[in-house]
Amino acid sequence: MLTQHLAVLQVVVPLISAPLCALLPLAGSENKLGNKLAWLFATLVSLTTFIIALLIAKEVSDHGVISYQLGGWAPPWGIEYRIDHLSAYILLIVSAIACITMLAAQKSVEKEIAHEKISLFYSAFLLCLTGLLGVVVTGDAFNIFVFLEISSLSSYVLIALGNDRKALTASYQYLIMGTIGATFILIGIGLLYMLTGTLNIVDLQQRIPELLSSRTLHAAFAFFTVGISLKLALLPLHLWLPNAYAYAPSMITVFLSATATKVSLYILFRFFFGLFSNEITFEEFHLDKILIPLSILAILIASSVAVFQNNIKRMFAYSSVAQIGYMTLGIGLATKSGSIAGMLHLFNHAIIKGGLFLAMACIVFRTGSVQLSNFAGLGKRMPWTMAAILLLGLGLIGVPFTAGFISKWYLLIAALEQNNWLAATVIVGGSLLAVMYIWKIIEHAYFKIPISSASEGQVISEAPFTMLIPLWILVAANFYFGVNTSFSYGFANTAINTLFQ
Amino acid sequence: MIQTLQHYEFAILIPLLGGLLVLLFHNHENFREACSIVIGIVLFLYIVQLIGLTSGDNTAHTLLNITPTLSITFHLEPLGLVFALLASSLWIITTIYSIGYMRGNKEKNQTRFYVFFAMSIASTMGIAFSANLLTLFIFYETLTLCTYPLVTHKQNQEAQSGGRTYLGILLSTSILFFLTAMVVTWLHAGTLDFLPGGILDSKLGPLGALLLFTLFMFGIGKAALMPFHRWLPAAMVAPTPVSALLHAVAVVKAGVFTVLKISVYIFGIDFIATQHAADVILWVAVATMLIASIIALTKNNLKARLAYSTISQLSYIVVGAALASPIAAMGGALHMVTHAFGKITLFFCAGAIYTATKYTQVSQLDGLGHRMPFTFTAYLVAAISVIGLPPLIGSWSKWYLMEGSISTQNYIVLIAFSLSTLLNCAYLLPIALRGFFNPLNSNLDHQVSGIKEAPLACVFPLCITALCTFLLFFYMQTVYDFLYPAFNP
Repeated sequence: MLTQHLAVLQVVVPLISAPLCALLPLAGSENKLGNKLAWLFATLVSLTTFIIALLIAKEVSDHGVISYQLGGWAPPWGIEYRIDHLSAYILLIVSAIACITMLAAQKSVEKEIAHEKISLFYSAFLLCLTGLLGVVVTGDAFNIFVFLEISSLSSYVLIALGNDRKALTASYQYLIMGTIGATFILIGIGLLYMLTGTLNIVDLQQRIPELLSSRTLHAAFAFFTVGISLKLALLPLHLWLPNAYAYAPSMITVFLSATATKVSLYILFRFFFGLFSNEITFEEFHLDKILIPLSILAILIASSVAVFQNNIKRMFAYSSVAQIGYMTLGIGLATKSGSIAGMLHLFNHAIIKGGLFLAMACIVFRTGSVQLSNFAGLGKRMPWTMAAILLLGLGLIGVPFTAGFISKWYLLIAALEQNNWLAATVIVGGSLLAVMYIWKIIEHAYFKIPISSASEGQVISEAPFTMLIPLWILVAANFYFGVNTSFSYGFANTAINTLFQ
Repeated sequence: MIQTLQHYEFAILIPLLGGLLVLLFHNHENFREACSIVIGIVLFLYIVQLIGLTSGDNTAHTLLNITPTLSITFHLEPLGLVFALLASSLWIITTIYSIGYMRGNKEKNQTRFYVFFAMSIASTMGIAFSANLLTLFIFYETLTLCTYPLVTHKQNQEAQSGGRTYLGILLSTSILFFLTAMVVTWLHAGTLDFLPGGILDSKLGPLGALLLFTLFMFGIGKAALMPFHRWLPAAMVAPTPVSALLHAVAVVKAGVFTVLKISVYIFGIDFIATQHAADVILWVAVATMLIASIIALTKNNLKARLAYSTISQLSYIVVGAALASPIAAMGGALHMVTHAFGKITLFFCAGAIYTATKYTQVSQLDGLGHRMPFTFTAYLVAAISVIGLPPLIGSWSKWYLMEGSISTQNYIVLIAFSLSTLLNCAYLLPIALRGFFNPLNSNLDHQVSGIKEAPLACVFPLCITALCTFLLFFYMQTVYDFLYPAFNP
């Protein structure tokens, strides 16, 4: 009975749970039990969303697209939830990462967040999850904007909860930039609505080809391009990201780095390939002409900046900007194989970067900060965490046997198919820059003798198991998807193929 | 039984199992070392029994499919088997040597050392049995990463900067050039399998072939073609057993083995010859051969001198492949074997001298020959083999290489070989001569009285390998016959 409502449950479960989480017994007090209860509740909800996402993925791969009419109103008048392979793929990534984050969260959150705010923290987290999942399930353009704002607003709150006072300015920066981005998207949707009178994406897709001569359509496309680029932090619109990632609470960085930009990328796919269709996007509007140069710059500049960072969370934040460049580069190649490669990298990067930021959370938990100097001697003190950083770092570089290699391989093939030697050089060159920043950490951890902290009477020990286990699940996933791509590649392949029809 | 043993990945699993055992018994030094040796012997016997299988039906065996079109696959072919035999036999000897050296020098973290050593051998086996370029590339990269902790074993400033050069050059050449070349190959040929006669025939024009071959050869940083040779001297910060096995045998030979594999099974020797694909690389290799020899002359540090000698000798093998004639390629393959025995002995000697005296410079070696007669005799024998004089194995490979350069009428290459031989004499022989004929350095008298041979575990292996350079002289025809089908499909 429930199976036919899976699409809406995906959103409704976390949405209803969010306020409930704040209303739990003992919530909002400094009581430890209450905080534990809130954590348990949020974890269970994340787990439920993950199970729903799994069921949806199975349903989609067995029976094709799920179309759910909200309130029984038939599209295009009513709101339609529409889940194809692409949506199912992203739903899986987002909900799986939410699960991993929550599994690891308890101790880290208790240390970083003021105790009376912990249950509110978890409800904001669930709201953010609701928004991200909602963007992906809905088939309605305006609905996408609404959910995007739900996720963004809650993430401003979450980032502002960071320990450092700089978290407030970081959150404010993100608020300004994010709101501009969302507004641009809204204006784009408004213009389309004005032209066509519909908000349903499938419906819009059918009407747009007749309107190609309209200047309003061009304007709408331009607004979308800028708005989405802001949201997914495509260079030079990435400025909000490094601070937001660096100063947010550790667990929020884990979650946002692996999901928020990925969902923005989903919007890019949905709007430019679904709503406008790929022919119009590339042949009429020539999106590739702007996407490829910006992606190349993103890879080169952001990776180079990352090399010089001494705050490691910031370093990985810049690395994220570069990695987003890889994904948009794949998309910019305007071929199926390019988009598949971009999509595959989206998947693999979520695993790798989520893992790396989780390792950062472990280090913050034990040492208090992620300055490079704090890493001295950690190879001995926190061997499992450092080994995880090393192995995930290899994934980021793209060494064989890791998921990163698979994405680099397909990206290279896609670039060279087009004889785009510049893009190919940048793809491999970016790996070298990744070697440089990863090895900076490795050398510090394994070669430097730690500055004596014995005087303060504290010995740094390995992170608790509750954090190590989720971390190593991601490390294992990094290797699993490096040797078996039947799911990661297969699903991306079907997703793009259905989108390109 | 035979059926399961045909799954060549056992060659990778056995050393990995050895690494695991070493890790388990890290508290029992003697037992840990015994495990290493036993596993070495098991691996060697396993590879020996594979010799019988080469003539039979040996289809490639796929371990796993990464994607529908890309897989990790292993197969058995003469060149790979010879390489595997070489690495596994010398692994046993090096393990014995390591025990003497690591204990003699009281090195720390010996368990980690043996574990990564075993993992490096596992990667080497993966390279040797790989049936397609992707499998080879994967193990090529793991070999780089597994040897990094060995190179930086001392974990001091010097090791860190040496390691940086090591990893920097090997990773960047492989990612920038090798990976790109592989993708280009895939796009043109539609496959990455190693097939007799190559897979690129009629799929690439002369210019494309030339560019791709050049890209591959520079991409194989482990073959140490100039200007990407700096990692090899940098890696000499490693303990000597590492320099010996990995930087005279496993790592560098993995490089030239890859060169041969790609020349023979991806391009095909005929294709290289007709398209003149190797025209650039031939001269790069000849130049490397000569320049590295000249640099070796100027080095006073014994290991650095041997490192540059290795760079020069590796280029012999690349020249062998680049001459694009079966006889020259055969010479290259044989040189892979003969140089391994010679050079590992030389490194063992350098390590034995260091263990006994802590001397590292050539100028310090005056008169030591009488105190360490076995070490210096072995050194002399191995040096003569590397130079290429009969009745030592080095003469065979040089013979075929020179014959190859005559048959392709590359007389400049022939002259370069002769010149290089002279240079070999000039930088290798003085060390032995100093040891035997110069008087002991009087300034060091207070130390000299105590100098005697290094521990037995150090001296015994180097005598064995020196003896091999002589004994194998009489068996090279067998190796030749065994390899013959690989170069004459």
